[in-house]
Amino acid sequence: MEIKEIIREENKVYSTPQLLDEVDMHYCPGCSHGVVHKLVAEVIHEMGLTEKTVGVSPVGCAVFAYNYIDVDWVEAAHGRAPAVATAVKRLWPDDVVFTYQGDGDMAAIGTAESIHAANRGENIVMIFVNNAIYGMTGGQMAPTTLIGQKTATTPYGRRVDLNGHPLEITELMKILDGTCYVTRQSVHTPAAVRKTKAALKKAFENQLAKKGTSVVEIVSTCNSGWKMSPEKANDWMVENMFEKYPLGDLKNI
Amino acid sequence: MKGEVTLMKGNEAVAHAAIRYGCDGYFGYPITPQSEVLETLEALMPWETTGMVVLQAESEVAAINMVYGGAATGKAVMTSSSSPGISLKQEGISYIAAAQLPALILNVMRGGPGLGTIQPSQADYFQATKGGGHGDYHLIVLAPSSVQEMVDFVGLGFDLSFKYLTPAMILADGIVGQMMEKVVLPEQRPRRTDEEVKKQCPWAANGRTGMRKRNVITSLEMEPAKMEVNNHRLQAVYKEIEENETRWEEIGVEGADYLMVAFGSIARICDKARELAAEKGIKVGIIRPITLWPFPKEAVNKAAEGKKGILVVELNAGQMIEDVRLAIHDRLPVEHFGRLGGIIPSPTEVVEALEQKIINPTKA
Repeated sequence: MEIKEIIREENKVYSTPQLLDEVDMHYCPGCSHGVVHKLVAEVIHEMGLTEKTVGVSPVGCAVFAYNYIDVDWVEAAHGRAPAVATAVKRLWPDDVVFTYQGDGDMAAIGTAESIHAANRGENIVMIFVNNAIYGMTGGQMAPTTLIGQKTATTPYGRRVDLNGHPLEITELMKILDGTCYVTRQSVHTPAAVRKTKAALKKAFENQLAKKGTSVVEIVSTCNSGWKMSPEKANDWMVENMFEKYPLGDLKNI
Repeated sequence: MKGEVTLMKGNEAVAHAAIRYGCDGYFGYPITPQSEVLETLEALMPWETTGMVVLQAESEVAAINMVYGGAATGKAVMTSSSSPGISLKQEGISYIAAAQLPALILNVMRGGPGLGTIQPSQADYFQATKGGGHGDYHLIVLAPSSVQEMVDFVGLGFDLSFKYLTPAMILADGIVGQMMEKVVLPEQRPRRTDEEVKKQCPWAANGRTGMRKRNVITSLEMEPAKMEVNNHRLQAVYKEIEENETRWEEIGVEGADYLMVAFGSIARICDKARELAAEKGIKVGIIRPITLWPFPKEAVNKAAEGKKGILVVELNAGQMIEDVRLAIHDRLPVEHFGRLGGIIPSPTEVVEALEQKIINPTKA
């Protein structure tokens, strides 16, 4: 039997999302970004939002998100995605606007913009990929790096006395009156992937319903930065990250 | 009412002018001496009339990035601040210039460096005209000398920034921002509809209407060859602006023995000094650069012809004087007179400086 005979429309159980370009991604094999991109592309397409979506990409590994997901994009300066998204949404209230930010973007250099956009209740979706490390620049400490975690700038492990505590920015987002939905998910198992997709869908639905800011954190792996195999990285995340960053909805109103 | 003369501060006038131009969004953060821009906009509530968005941001950094975001969608957006706040905005301004977006930035200059003073200054000339942020870029820099020009340059600044897809800056000093003067506001123009914005700015990121190809606003390019092309594209625009948009004013240049070069409100003090000098039999003309970038170098060079010396008067320690010297190829004596710390020189002081530094320097 030829492969073409097997791959018939009626036999198809999976295909590339319509809004995901068929190009090689620059992400490392095993990186969570690819899965999250796929989910974002699927949700926008399935909700029929392609023609009115504007994404705001960060500085960090996801800086090139605009090369993969087929919607309009504005590439922001490091940490400024929520400010950029604020203006896009206020000037085009019928558009659907989301930011895609890493931990450095969301919780270090862009803490002010992230907190204030959420506190104003900007009617946007903030997607927060937390892999506890600076991947793009070569694996330095992130604001969410765990105590004891080794990075290029904490070569002997993060120490509270030297580096302070991991910042639970999503918990901070929860207490802000501007947020309507704050959730923490992951994409390390098929079940987790499905839950994350549902969370993203809910976040975009909130925006259509003008409910305020939705924050979807996705606890992720950076196997290159962590210097682990993809499989080991998944295990390490489950064993270490989930204790500090437990999965589930923090707020849903 | 059409053509009605009103009395208002430069900062207030900018707010009125922005609404009447059909500006889509203003994003700002309070800082003296320009807070009246945001205050006036909030009081006028243009979101109820023209639909203009007004937002007090959490910082100057956020405000300029809101401008970047708004400009990326093709809307006419602006911010205003004063010197320390403009320093904070430099990263965002560099991104806006690099991404070739239209935007208007008002700097009502106060004295620095550092926190400095809230009194007037012109000490951000270098920052405004030589880049300010990182990378090879220029802003179109307009220097108003009156409240009327504050108003006029809102429209001119937006028009030029949309024409060349590059940010424009109104570089005002604290005097023009705070001073009350007669002014005629322009008539209210309607804001462009979303459809008009999409038609006028097919490059803008505001949603793939009609499933058009996606628009991406970015300044990032990893391939050196492509990044060099991007830079050349910017430089070509700057060349075009230099050729077409250089603006200046000349007062009594012909037949004068000496020349004064001054911008903004200081040019008006120089004009009074010119009258006082004439009473003493000293013939001095004035060149007032209106665009500080592009600098009117040919006009200055031509005006210098046959003159005995040039006095550059600025509220700083000597910044524009460098451009004047370059413009005239250093072939005449060029001296600087400036007061610092927020002190504004009197016309008499300017005449004395002209006499001591240019006409009879040995006496000094």
